[in-house]
Amino acid sequence: MRELWNIFVSFFKIGVFTFGGGYAMVSLIEDELITRKRWIESEQFLKLLTLAQSAPGPIALNTGVFIGYKVRGWAGALAAVLGIVLPSFVIILLIALFFADIRDNCYVDAAFKGMRPAVVALIVAPVYKWARALGPAGIAASVAAALLVWYVGLSPIYFIVAGAAAGIAHTVWKNRKTIEKP
Amino acid sequence: MIYLQLFLSYLKIGFFGFGGGYAMLSLIQNEVVVQHQWLTNGQFADVVAISQITPGPIAINSATYIGYQVTGSVWGAVVATFAVSLPSLTIMLAITRFYLKLQDNRYVKGAMAGMQPMMIGMIAAAALLLIFPHDDTRSFIDLWSWLLFGLCLVASIRKVNPILLIVLSAAAGILIYA
Repeated sequence: MRELWNIFVSFFKIGVFTFGGGYAMVSLIEDELITRKRWIESEQFLKLLTLAQSAPGPIALNTGVFIGYKVRGWAGALAAVLGIVLPSFVIILLIALFFADIRDNCYVDAAFKGMRPAVVALIVAPVYKWARALGPAGIAASVAAALLVWYVGLSPIYFIVAGAAAGIAHTVWKNRKTIEKP
Repeated sequence: MIYLQLFLSYLKIGFFGFGGGYAMLSLIQNEVVVQHQWLTNGQFADVVAISQITPGPIAINSATYIGYQVTGSVWGAVVATFAVSLPSLTIMLAITRFYLKLQDNRYVKGAMAGMQPMMIGMIAAAALLLIFPHDDTRSFIDLWSWLLFGLCLVASIRKVNPILLIVLSAAAGILIYA
């Protein structure tokens, strides 16, 4: 029970500070769940993000489901999802009920002008870190995919599927080579 | 009846919303503005703006807000939010179990290795879209923006607590712009 509560609290904390879409959460998760709680290793986190992207739904929720399940089974997954959803649910509901004109407030507006570049930095920092671990071919593939999604507006799902297919083809090819020359 | 429609619409958004947040926006817009006319385009833009200044996934934010707007009741918000979370919960749970069992299979490993650069590219694309968007929702408005970005980037790479960075940059925003 205590562990479930810890999962809920950790994801609640992440949920409260995840501005600007799911990816901003990556830095928060690294800090809270990898460095502090050690629930998941850096290496596995990369794989988890890949899975979270290839499943439908918000990345933040998918990430919560994986980590929650890994730590404490399906109840853990549920605790993580509740933790992520609750802050956003309560805050939005309060705004809808009482502060529909909150975004016209000049202090709120100013604070967000300051926060937006910080959020982008929190998204770029892990990308920079991971890119350094990729080989030249991996970097070329990443850059091409990033430019096509950003500039042309192609859906990310095609790239995920293409990446998986390329990876499997590479594995098959490697297997054949080792069989041909024993 | 309206609750059932809300439930089905947001279930659909959850099921077909690949690629997270901003990629889901057009899907949400299609359901809410074009198909059901629950909101006008202007109202939808307001929802997006409010989602941008509140924490949490945009899909969840919009579900809560629109669920409440459409029914005038907290239950509408609950139904829509639950519906949009359901596909994640079920599908991702299945993927997680499958992956944890098969993570040492060499084909699964190969597929993951191939998907990884793509995943990194997708996140880079999200950052690019925030810096250079196709519409007028710019995150970078002047030199201060770039300065804050640079400082936060260096701090974040050096493992400064991200929550602290968000709070400090909000305070900096108030000092600079208010």
